[in-house]
Amino acid sequence: MATNFVIEGLKATIDNKEILKGVNLSMKGGEIHAIMGPNGTGKSTLASALMGHPKYEVTEGAVTLDGEDVLEMEVDERARAGLFLAMQYPSEISGVTNSDFLRSAINARREEGQEISLIKFIRQMEGSMKELDMNPEFAHRYLNEGFSGGEKKRNEILQMLMLDPKIVILDEIDSGLDIDALKIVAAGVNKMRSEDRGFLIITHYQRLLNYITPDYVHVMMQGRIVKSGGPELAARLEAEGYDWVKEELGITDETVGQEQEA
Amino acid sequence: MTLQTILPLSAEALKSLSQQKNEPAWLAESRLNALELASRLELPKPEKTKIDKWNLSDYGTYQQATSVASLQELPEAVRALVKEEEATNLLVQKDSGAVYSTLSDELKAQGVIFTDLETAAREHSDLVQAHLSSVVKNDENQLTALSAALWTGGAFLYVPKNVEVSVPLQAVFLTENADATFAPRVLVVADVNSSVTYVDNYISTGDAARLHNGIVEVIAKPGAKVRFATVHQLGLNTTDMSYRRAVTENDASIEWIIGEMNDGNTVTDTSTVLKGNGSTSDAKVIAVGSGSQRLNYTTRAIHFGKDSTSQMTTRAVMREEANAIINGITKIEHGATRSNGEQAEKVLMLSPKARGDANPILLIDEDDVMAGHAASVGQVNPEQVHYLMSRGISRAQAERLIIYGFLAPVVSDIPLEQLQTRLQELVERKVGQ
Repeated sequence: MATNFVIEGLKATIDNKEILKGVNLSMKGGEIHAIMGPNGTGKSTLASALMGHPKYEVTEGAVTLDGEDVLEMEVDERARAGLFLAMQYPSEISGVTNSDFLRSAINARREEGQEISLIKFIRQMEGSMKELDMNPEFAHRYLNEGFSGGEKKRNEILQMLMLDPKIVILDEIDSGLDIDALKIVAAGVNKMRSEDRGFLIITHYQRLLNYITPDYVHVMMQGRIVKSGGPELAARLEAEGYDWVKEELGITDETVGQEQEA
Repeated sequence: MTLQTILPLSAEALKSLSQQKNEPAWLAESRLNALELASRLELPKPEKTKIDKWNLSDYGTYQQATSVASLQELPEAVRALVKEEEATNLLVQKDSGAVYSTLSDELKAQGVIFTDLETAAREHSDLVQAHLSSVVKNDENQLTALSAALWTGGAFLYVPKNVEVSVPLQAVFLTENADATFAPRVLVVADVNSSVTYVDNYISTGDAARLHNGIVEVIAKPGAKVRFATVHQLGLNTTDMSYRRAVTENDASIEWIIGEMNDGNTVTDTSTVLKGNGSTSDAKVIAVGSGSQRLNYTTRAIHFGKDSTSQMTTRAVMREEANAIINGITKIEHGATRSNGEQAEKVLMLSPKARGDANPILLIDEDDVMAGHAASVGQVNPEQVHYLMSRGISRAQAERLIIYGFLAPVVSDIPLEQLQTRLQELVERKVGQ
């Protein structure tokens, strides 16, 4: 069955402040969607709310993955159902090696007694790390501890490669990456493109989209998707900025839930 | 006004016990003096832990131990800890006395002595007399005095000059019968330029209330290297009061590896007196508290020697309603120039009712030194749990990974693989996930 991910009228608050004001988006396996928009418009909140971050409370709306209610699921269940979020600020966890962590994550998807063999796991991990041009010693380093910004992002992509998700959300994966790292990350994503897998790429730069061509581009402002189009929309945003969108829609302040600056 | 302590034993009874065991006259006299001291001395006052309501009088009575001829006859609880192929250098005490003791011919030939302390006092009287109670003094408090008066069984390890023992020597102290005195005393003497690793376990069976009052003394002569590993896993109703102290002479070193895995109330004090120039001490402690345990762990380094170095690391996990006071004391005396003392205590609390209190203390009477401390007390970070769960790992498993990760910097530094594994198992059992 082809992957089908649907967000309907999603509203979410943080500290009782509404950030998402009714997001609608539908994506299928094989598609790449990009969500663009200036800072403070709710893009990262959407990513966090979809993954079930405890700081955000979903107040209205529905999210389904292949017909299953995602919002009813615990965070780990969402992940096992096929959702993957490459985070903007991944946690550092001292004392837990990258490889122990990844092996636990893979085994969490398997039945007891069916755990991945150590040899097979190491082979997979080494292979994926090589693709991402990661130093093999990162397998034995503590999870994200002391990693540079770029190394953390690459480590997120490593997890994506190894966990084989159905829906991948990349939250600002391009921030803090130099151009070489960006190309490697993009190659990782492109390699993962398949009929069963959908991508939701959140970014406020066009630059990543030079390497990953999206099928759909959405603009987010004021906690909603306000405009959608094809790849040509991203190109125009890169060339002209966001002001024309604001003008067209009569928006003066595109942000949401932000303190007004004096 | 101080009340006279009610002693667990009369002087007459103690004297006749000593005679019955054929102990040398100096020891009999020392026991009687210590008993008299105990009647006048007060209990110690561990920082921030009130012990006056604790069960500290349950010494039971001396019960003669019956030796067994083979490993197979040892209680199951002991056999579970001892691998047969490694049991060539092993000492086992059950309740009041030693029941099993072996030492390889090779080590015997090198002059190594490893036996229970009672036997050592008879057979190596001068050696024992010269060192017993030289590190932890009988008159420090009521507990040290009572240990000196009442100790039974115990362990004595002597490594002669220049002898390097490559295999670990192991002891197991088991309390089965709650009515029997359980007060082993451990004395380790590492002579000039020798080296040795000693590992012991304290275990209990049954739930009846009892007390363990134990003292460990380590003397590392010039250039000696001693690695002392101990795991306490005493049961719910066993109160554990343990002093461990080492003296390091010039260029000597001590490495403490300590697993505090008891289920009952515990006060332990692990100290090194860095007497000699260039001597070093490294203490690694991991602890898990559960239930309603009251715990007080102190690590201490006292620098007298110049260029002496100490490291102390404690990592403690507290769950349920366990409450731990963790003290780290680095004392640098005047004249201990170019000394360096570092310490770090960290506590991870797993429930709202668990408590941990880390108290790093630096007492420095010399200018030309380096010293540092770090302490932290915290709960499992919800962001970390979320991150792990977002990869499909269950909440329980995520917390478990974080707990092991918290202990890992100490556990992974433990140089004995078997001990590392055992500590991991014990952590797993105590953390209960």
